[in-house]
Amino acid sequence: MEEQYILEMVDISKSFPGVQALKGAGIKVRKGSVHALMGENGAGKSTLMKILGGLQPADSGKIILKGQEVSFSSPSESLKNKISMIHQELTSIPHMTVAENIYLGREPLAGKVFVKDSDQNARATELLQGLGIQIDPKIKMVRLSIAQMQLIEIAKAISYNSEIIIMDEPTSAITEREVEHLYTMIRNLTKKGVAVIYISHKLNEIFNIADEVTVMRDGEYVNTKKIEELTRQDIISMMVGRELTHMFPKVEVEIGEPVLEVKNLTRAGKFNNISFTLHKGEILGLAGLMGAGRTEVMESLFGLVPANSGEVLIKGKPVNIKSASDAKKNGLAFITEDRKLTGLFLPHSVKDNIIAASLDRFVVGGIFMNEKSVNGICEDQKKLLRIKTPTIEQKVKNLSGGNQQKVLLAKWLLTDADIIILDEPTRGIDVGAKSEIHALMGELVKTGKSVIMISSELPEILGMSDRIIVMHEGKLTGEVSRQDATQDVLMSFATGTI
Amino acid sequence: MSEVAVKPNNDLSKSVKAFLTKYSIYFILVLLVAILTFLSPAFLKPVNLINIVRQISLIAIVGFGVTMIIITTGIDLSSGSVIAVAGIVASKFAHPDTYPLAVALILGLGVGLLAGAINGFFVSIVKLPAFIATLGMMLSFRGVGYILSEGHPITNFTKEYDFIGSGYWLGLPLMIYILFGAAVLSYVILRHTKTGKCIYAIGGNQQAAVVSGINVKKNLMFVYSYAGMMSALAGIMLSSRLSSGQPTAGLTYEMDAISSAVIGGTSLSGGIGTIQGTLIGALIIGVLNNGMDLMHINAYYQQVVKGSIIVLAVILDKARNR
Repeated sequence: MEEQYILEMVDISKSFPGVQALKGAGIKVRKGSVHALMGENGAGKSTLMKILGGLQPADSGKIILKGQEVSFSSPSESLKNKISMIHQELTSIPHMTVAENIYLGREPLAGKVFVKDSDQNARATELLQGLGIQIDPKIKMVRLSIAQMQLIEIAKAISYNSEIIIMDEPTSAITEREVEHLYTMIRNLTKKGVAVIYISHKLNEIFNIADEVTVMRDGEYVNTKKIEELTRQDIISMMVGRELTHMFPKVEVEIGEPVLEVKNLTRAGKFNNISFTLHKGEILGLAGLMGAGRTEVMESLFGLVPANSGEVLIKGKPVNIKSASDAKKNGLAFITEDRKLTGLFLPHSVKDNIIAASLDRFVVGGIFMNEKSVNGICEDQKKLLRIKTPTIEQKVKNLSGGNQQKVLLAKWLLTDADIIILDEPTRGIDVGAKSEIHALMGELVKTGKSVIMISSELPEILGMSDRIIVMHEGKLTGEVSRQDATQDVLMSFATGTI
Repeated sequence: MSEVAVKPNNDLSKSVKAFLTKYSIYFILVLLVAILTFLSPAFLKPVNLINIVRQISLIAIVGFGVTMIIITTGIDLSSGSVIAVAGIVASKFAHPDTYPLAVALILGLGVGLLAGAINGFFVSIVKLPAFIATLGMMLSFRGVGYILSEGHPITNFTKEYDFIGSGYWLGLPLMIYILFGAAVLSYVILRHTKTGKCIYAIGGNQQAAVVSGINVKKNLMFVYSYAGMMSALAGIMLSSRLSSGQPTAGLTYEMDAISSAVIGGTSLSGGIGTIQGTLIGALIIGVLNNGMDLMHINAYYQQVVKGSIIVLAVILDKARNR
């Protein structure tokens, strides 16, 4: 039995100042298989993989690679042992080309000094074509979409010809179509005997691609099972350690009069003639593939990028929103897609983040901040949203993804907006925090607020929305009620096949 | 996030360590004072200490404005030139039997405000990198200083104007009171006003600030204008102290001001920094200069020491923010 494992990590422990990240964690991976590693955020999956990738040393424990005990003190050692890694955070260098990024640090050289650009580009072209990725290797990374960048990261990891590839949330930024593509790439790899360790929060993916599943919780190993022996509920209970009965707790709320009407909104090159209506107490799902223009519509609605034409009515009155502060005055809130890039102030405290969009509320005499009221309200928000942080003075960069997302939500809920736009509100966060955020959405509409939710996860869209509109390449292609919506219907609208 | 598991007996040493790293620059200052007291008996005399604070008052005042700018991820290289121009303009209106003191002060500060606003315009509206915009202003304003003064020092001031730089009140130089006032004002703006919160937010994540509805342009205009005015204040004080408005005044003061901010923990990548830190930073520079003078250390070596201290301070700061 033992020999069939290409990799065994046994009894790994690791602590950071004040935190025991791993306590006797482990994983055993078979050659040519896809091994899913699952657990809530903070369960220690990424830490375990960073140890395997040579990014961090373990405090204790053994790594056995093809029967031999090894230890890696740097990523390059790990790569030499044919282990490569796709990182959770995109690590590309924006102003270098795709090819330069892929072969960074191992460029083909002439005379050990000069980079042979043409060689490099040719190799990159061959690599990308072999993987069916249609991206020109000569263009700069900045010009790619996030989804394309992620594909390049995947291609880069594959280009090392590794025997073990670690994929840490490889689909966090790509769409269903590209996920299918990724599956094909993974299946081709496993056919060649490559083992893939696959970290994801998305259960669908796990059931689609994984052969075995190892679950971790609070830094400890929980269990390993073949995928056939598991149900969704089993995995969730193993991860959470408790039963999560309702994945999508839909609250029935009476839908009221229209609060937001968008008519023929157009921004050249991004979207065309977008018209929709949002009602009081409604959760309106906005589905579509990455790049369909969903975020762009919301950006224009919120005044961040002006639209070229079209009309917006709030509570029946035409409004002209030219900036985020106009939008706030009109009762809009926008929880943006990329919490690190456009949402949070990472080096600042939870408190300063929460108040950032409602500073006026705390100003006394036109100038000074009322610290007492700031502290009180932030403590309330912390309790209300169950933000797990020792104090509200904690820096946001030290929180987990789910808690960061809650801070971002707290910031916008504090503005007391009536229309709340959520752009991918649960991307990359664990199931526990996810269901809390879903429950919160229910609470919001119960109090008469309205929500627009952009999501690339169809189960989320289907589970949470009262009504769903779908975009494809800048156009609104469909609208379906909750009752009529199925994955198939949404996908055919999203891919423009109807 | 997994629960934070701290062994109870580690708690004390951990919090002591956290305390030490948080206030490390204060300890460095105390340590320096202790060493110098030991090495030179003249150091701890009140006269000498007052002298140090008066010497650093100019770079500290400039440093307060620069701190705000650096927090927004900007930089100001034009402070030294603004010092010269503001000093010259104020000097021109400070001759006996011409204008009341207020005119000299208002015009001096006004010209600084204008210079800062020009910086702010280029940074926030034209969106030039702050380094380039203020580098241009550094050169142009130095030129303006020569033009206005025709290359000569401007002398012969009213008694009131002289009093700013050389007067005493309740046994302390007036300059120290001005320093204190500027420090309190800057501290309150940064720590207790909406503008202050906006300044930190812009530096912490400018895109998130825009999305949060913060008016980035307006706040940047404010920050650069305020910094220009602080430089002008220092310029007025310097011209009064020297009894002449000179086109060469304030040369390289911008570097000392930036150093004070950086030693005091202001992060050049933005979002982090305090006024009290900058004050301590300036005091560290002042104490070092004074101490080395007292010990008759060669001026050439003094520069080497000063440079090393700045680099050390940043290394320390990196460790602190990890």
